[in-house]
Amino acid sequence: MYDKEHIEELNARLKDWDVEAEKQRAHKSLPRFFTVSGVDIDELYTPAAIDGGDDKEYYWTNIGLPGHFPYTRGVHHTMYRGRLWTMRQFAGMGTPAQTHDRFVYILKQGGTGLSTAFDLPTLMGYDSDHSRSLGEVGKCGVAVDTMADMEIIFDKIDLAKVSTSMTINSPASMLLAMYLAVAEKQGVPFDQVRGTLQNDILKEYIAQKEYIFPPRPSVRLITDMMDYCTKHVPQYNTISISGYHIREAGATAVQELAFTLADGFQYIESAIEDGQDVDDFAPRLSYFFNAHSDFFEEIAKYRAARRIFAKRMRDKYGAKNPKSWLLRFHTQTAGCSLTAQQPENNIVRVALQALSGVLGGTQSLHTNSMDETLALPSEKAVTIALRTQQVIAYETGVANTVDPLGGSWFVEALTDKMEAEAEKIFAEIDERGGVFECIEQGYFQREIARSAYAYQREIEKKERIIVGVNDFVIENEKIDIPILKIDYESERSQAEFCKKIKAERDNAKVQAALEKLRVAASGTENTFPAILDCARAYASVGEMCDVLRDVWGEWNESKSAMQVS
Amino acid sequence: MPKKPKKIRVLLAKPGLDGHDRGIKVIAAAFRDAGMEVIYTGLRQTPEMIVDAAVQEDVDAVGISILSGAHMTLFPAILDEMKRRGADEILLFGGGIIPDEDIEELEKMGVARLFTPGAPTDDVINYLRKAVEAKKSDEEVM
Amino acid sequence: MTLLERFELGDIRALSRLISHIENRDTDFQKLLGRLYRRAGRSIRIGVTGPPGAGKSTLVNSLARLCLDDSQSVGIIAVDPTSPFTGGALLGDRVRMGDFPTDGSVFFRSMATRGASGGLASATDNVAILYDAFGFDITLIETVGVGQVELDIIDTCDIVVVVIVPESGDAVQMLKAGLMEIADVYCMNKADRPGAERLVADLRNTLQTQAMVRASATSEGKLSAHHHTLAGSEDSDATVPIIQTEAVNNKNIDTLHKAIFDHLKKIRESGFFEQDRRRRLRKKILSILSNRFQAEFVNGLASEDELDRAIDQIASGQSNPYDISAQLFEHFLNRN
Ligand SMILES: Nc1nc2c(ncn2[C@@H]2O[C@H](COP(=O)(O)OP(=O)(O)O)[C@@H](O)[C@H]2O)c(=O)[nH]1
Ligand SMILES: [Mg+2]
Repeated sequence: MYDKEHIEELNARLKDWDVEAEKQRAHKSLPRFFTVSGVDIDELYTPAAIDGGDDKEYYWTNIGLPGHFPYTRGVHHTMYRGRLWTMRQFAGMGTPAQTHDRFVYILKQGGTGLSTAFDLPTLMGYDSDHSRSLGEVGKCGVAVDTMADMEIIFDKIDLAKVSTSMTINSPASMLLAMYLAVAEKQGVPFDQVRGTLQNDILKEYIAQKEYIFPPRPSVRLITDMMDYCTKHVPQYNTISISGYHIREAGATAVQELAFTLADGFQYIESAIEDGQDVDDFAPRLSYFFNAHSDFFEEIAKYRAARRIFAKRMRDKYGAKNPKSWLLRFHTQTAGCSLTAQQPENNIVRVALQALSGVLGGTQSLHTNSMDETLALPSEKAVTIALRTQQVIAYETGVANTVDPLGGSWFVEALTDKMEAEAEKIFAEIDERGGVFECIEQGYFQREIARSAYAYQREIEKKERIIVGVNDFVIENEKIDIPILKIDYESERSQAEFCKKIKAERDNAKVQAALEKLRVAASGTENTFPAILDCARAYASVGEMCDVLRDVWGEWNESKSAMQVS
Repeated sequence: MPKKPKKIRVLLAKPGLDGHDRGIKVIAAAFRDAGMEVIYTGLRQTPEMIVDAAVQEDVDAVGISILSGAHMTLFPAILDEMKRRGADEILLFGGGIIPDEDIEELEKMGVARLFTPGAPTDDVINYLRKAVEAKKSDEEVM
Repeated sequence: MTLLERFELGDIRALSRLISHIENRDTDFQKLLGRLYRRAGRSIRIGVTGPPGAGKSTLVNSLARLCLDDSQSVGIIAVDPTSPFTGGALLGDRVRMGDFPTDGSVFFRSMATRGASGGLASATDNVAILYDAFGFDITLIETVGVGQVELDIIDTCDIVVVVIVPESGDAVQMLKAGLMEIADVYCMNKADRPGAERLVADLRNTLQTQAMVRASATSEGKLSAHHHTLAGSEDSDATVPIIQTEAVNNKNIDTLHKAIFDHLKKIRESGFFEQDRRRRLRKKILSILSNRFQAEFVNGLASEDELDRAIDQIASGQSNPYDISAQLFEHFLNRN
């Protein structure tokens, strides 16, 4: 990129500069400069800081042009000049009927994308009438027990015309099957059904812990679905590989980057082992990252992610279709960075985090509400969060040019460092026998817990300042936590509706469908058609999961996952 | 012989369906580093499982983390179960996103202490040491 | 009512309180054990040891379930290490315990080593006696499992199950690690993984060679009696069974369970069971005695002042640790 002579001269001048700078350094109060993730940062970055920067090929192998391999500068040629990122605010709604009303409202406003959050019992594969669901039905999302609930949610909504994203993992197949069954009833062919599933089970073992079955059969459930969708539901994005939750659980930026990509590679390898062609499914994979507070570190993370992914897809997995090389991602600002103290400060945090996502080239963005650490967000806070994105998009000018930070010596050096550190982690994972082994050994979980503990200790020792928490504190600040309302009435009525459907459906048909699922799960045939038949017969999420629990067993984290050192 | 301070045993558990265990793992590590014996039961424990474990492990205190908002269902259920098992002298404390009104009500019911987000681990440790020391037992062994 | 009275009535809470008394070495804890001892003697103790992550806890869980199916009540002790720096411990074996009935037929206690280094806590044996007196038919004990051989288990249990996994290396490594000598039953867990068959064959070979060597050694009287081979026994094909299991998938646990109880039957018939219990009792008496001796006398062996003076003498080249110790011992004997 730079010629050798130039770098040599620079190095020589830097020596003199260093002598001058030394006179000023004595006054530094902080002993160490490091990122949120603990990566040490140099005082100054110049072309000389870029490893290999004197190689002519460096620009082409590491940076390139937007829309070109290795996509460091972005997946599209024109990025936000062509189209702004999608401002996608995810929201949970109580009952199926309420969710339906909300969707109808969104569609009337001209929206076409619907986003569904589910309640904890649904996420964990328990029906609303299960004893374990008590107190959690319809909270933080909608409860779906059987296809009947799905019919209410999408009543008179033309599934050929909308795109629906569903944030669900362990029972993702069951929910997609119910959605397809509703489409079928509406007469919408499967190849017109569009949307995205989160469906990333690996990060559940690693971070969010909403798992049901052991890892290997869980991933089989996913590859079965991927295969089915490639053939029959080609417009559905079957998986959104998520680092968000890994970061929220306490991982560093490098760990988020490496663990998430490693998960993605595992899905790809599992699908290839299953006999699928990488170019058949890879274009429909997408990613989901966190935007934490260390501005440049986050930007470098997104840029490194694109580069690592493109290289591996082309060179290791032999993908030929350039669409398979693209890492497209959604970003959400870091919930874990928000503070209960002086919550208005969170607006500023969110704005800066969102800006890093945009400068990092995200395809879509969710901005958190300032009061999210405390409770479900208020209307006002939600609006401010959306306005934050609009200010970035329309007022700051950052969308005027593609990858405005490309070529910053600091950002390029940090991007290279992120990639190198991630490669070290990939090597460690391989050394330990791969992603499944690492989950079983508790490697990821332990590493994340360790980072979380170290971070907390740094805060308590004031090596790290969190404004309003361990410095710039308002004495005796009264922290108002708005009450979380629990609507026991809607919980009861949902449980009753579930019981009613179970009583009225053709139970012989349900049993036969469940039996078919048992056979498929015990053998090697694709489980998805059996799940679809269960959904059609109004079998519940809990009943389908129970069959699989029976065949595959339930997962429980091992002791090694909780050791912190 | 001078009496050594008693080793504090504490059970940490997450009830309910929510799996966010970052906070409880940080607390577990902090307690361990403060010299306590920490029994971690893992996720998705029912009140029966938690109290059964507390009884068998003979802990001084049980710490619960609830972030899902189900605290008004879960804490009372654990207190009831403790009474039922004759183990209500075990301290029950906890942490989570809990509004002041609820904290007041829960503490009235018998929850010893509730911490809200951002509480330094040292505060929790100091609280626990004092609370355990203050407990008196008048049991006779033989 | 006293705790002891409640204990005798089968009160779980009393049991767990008394365990703490014993663990904390509270006043008169030995007297307490003495009172309870006559009720003990019936429970069968099964130890499970092996490297970390081998599946010990998962196996203990499944074995407990099989015992319950046979209407046997089960007491479990799982040991985890105490940090030598902070004295704290993270006890995590409960994570693996499934939802057992809460009717008292299973009891689980986590113990920290509190300074002991042989794989168990120094109170583990006493706690097992308490379990026994309480009436548990089976006592399952899981060692720390830090990788190196943990010898306490053979002085605590009737039967030792050594858990290995395909990643454990080869038989020679295991031989070096001392695992060969302590196993009554081998459990080759994670048999679903590559390398399991190979390691089993390797191990079987080595064990057979060992058995032959041992047979000739015992007939020449060179080898003292230990676990599986009874001195002078004719049973020269007494090689240790190797059972392949998949604990996570609950596969073959019944075979392991059967191998354990077959072994029990065998050693009961051969008389080794009783003989080994006598060996352990002998050790236990000596250990109680030496603990007592330590507690009562060792602190009086030399005062801090005497030690300081001794060290000064060594430092200045006037004496050495050996002569000084001999003098101090002489001095101590004269004093008493
Ligand atoms: N693949 C495989 N994994 C197993 C098997 N048995 C246990 N595991 C896993 O090994 C890990 C450690 O198990 P654990 O019982 O906690 O081991 P311990 O440390 O020896 O007590 C867990 O993740 C188990 O799920 C098995 O038969 N096959
Ligand atoms: Mg274990």
